[in-house]
Amino acid sequence: MILVENLHKSFGEAHILKGISTCFDQGKTNLIIGQSGSGKTVFLKSLLGLFQPEEGKICYNDRIYSQLTDDEKRDLRKEMGMVFQGSALFDSMTIEQNVMFPLKMFTDMSKEEMEERVDIVLKRVNLPDAHKKFPSEASGGMQKRVAIARAIVNNPKYLFCDEPNSGLDPKTAILIDNLIQEITKEYDITTVINTHDMNSVMEIGEKIVFLKDGHKAWEGSNKEIFKTDNEAVTNFVYSSELFKKVRVMYQEEDRN
Amino acid sequence: MALFYYMNYLENIGRYFLMIGEVFRKPTKWSIMKDLILKEIDDLIFNSLGIVVFISFFVGGVIAIQTALNIDNPLIPKYLVGFATRQSIILEFAPTFTSIIMAGKVGSYITSSIGTMRVTEQIDALEVMGVNSINYLVFPKIIALLIYPFLISIGMFFGILGGWVAGVFGGYSTSAEFIQGLQSDFDMYHVFYAFTKTFVFAFILATIPSFHGYFMRGGALEVGKASTTSFVWTSIVIIILNYILTQMLLG
Repeated sequence: MILVENLHKSFGEAHILKGISTCFDQGKTNLIIGQSGSGKTVFLKSLLGLFQPEEGKICYNDRIYSQLTDDEKRDLRKEMGMVFQGSALFDSMTIEQNVMFPLKMFTDMSKEEMEERVDIVLKRVNLPDAHKKFPSEASGGMQKRVAIARAIVNNPKYLFCDEPNSGLDPKTAILIDNLIQEITKEYDITTVINTHDMNSVMEIGEKIVFLKDGHKAWEGSNKEIFKTDNEAVTNFVYSSELFKKVRVMYQEEDRN
Repeated sequence: MALFYYMNYLENIGRYFLMIGEVFRKPTKWSIMKDLILKEIDDLIFNSLGIVVFISFFVGGVIAIQTALNIDNPLIPKYLVGFATRQSIILEFAPTFTSIIMAGKVGSYITSSIGTMRVTEQIDALEVMGVNSINYLVFPKIIALLIYPFLISIGMFFGILGGWVAGVFGGYSTSAEFIQGLQSDFDMYHVFYAFTKTFVFAFILATIPSFHGYFMRGGALEVGKASTTSFVWTSIVIIILNYILTQMLLG
């Protein structure tokens, strides 16, 4: 579980996060949504410790991030897995070496044990034969799956994903969403996903935090988001004709 | 406005020294670091051998020809060609000017490779994993460049060889005269001076381009700009330190 209280973050004059408080539950896919420029990426990077907030606190179970020493912060980060928007795979390494990297770095496993673990996670993300390829030889969807494999190879307690299905076709995007949700349940981890893809919201949004101009404007589940009257949310969700129809459908369901 | 620029320079100098401090904190596992160092030795040293040998050989030749052509007084001995070639190569060309050439080759490579890692969030990925990214990226380069003097000594050898080839085959000096010049008034301290400079320049070559790559912001275009800035600053610092070290060691 990750608890966030009154988080503030500025860059110079620009006040990006304006007192966000929320809680991300363990074993659930938690989504941060909002328009571009609403502060989603800054919020996610603050959760990861890549940005230092000026005010507020972030608790990882019983550990308050700002009160940890540098060594404790590094130890905590070893419990995190991250899937970056552009995958952020090490382009000079093969897919196998990319996935093996956290194991080589932080465990005392033998080479055979590491290879076995890499095999397991690559099979888990449906890439059983991609070991010797370089990231540049893999498609966008494959790169995302490798990034997920690398993020989970060391059994993290927290999984963060920044726009995991951006730039993917709808079918691959749904596959990636479902894969993340399955992994979240399977490993019982706290997953936080940053997205503005409404399909993801519908598919896997067990807990949704909606940001607007650096504030938390709304939170709830994917069932509740289509029923809320919150103006900020409705403006965002029903900007497309498709979701206007989805809303009508839900309203009709309620009436019946 | 001028104050802003001064503050900016001071801030960058401060950040550079903080980065140097961070290089030696929280070291990466030796089993991984060993491979990184070997890779950097290959990329930074062995891949530079060709260009260093090529440039040294021809510059040595040019020094020999120019020295010979400028000796028009019959009282000046012919062995001066070999002597001047040796002194120029050992004291200045090999340690300093090869380092400036390397600032272009190795420095740009370091800045662009680290800068690309920054742009593509690979450095963020290292940080999120709990890796000290500065140690992981910069330390192997510093260690690899510790054998930079080896490269410079090869540059010295080929520079003098180039001088000998140009001097003897160009008809400016006999082989015996050239070799006499090479051996004349040889001072071992000059070699010590040259290698002291080389060690300092090696550290600069590893760290300033790394700094420009690591702290760059923006996209692909900015990677190119950072490489250019890194070359300019590495060259400036090498030239200033060359002056200071010459004053300290020879003055």
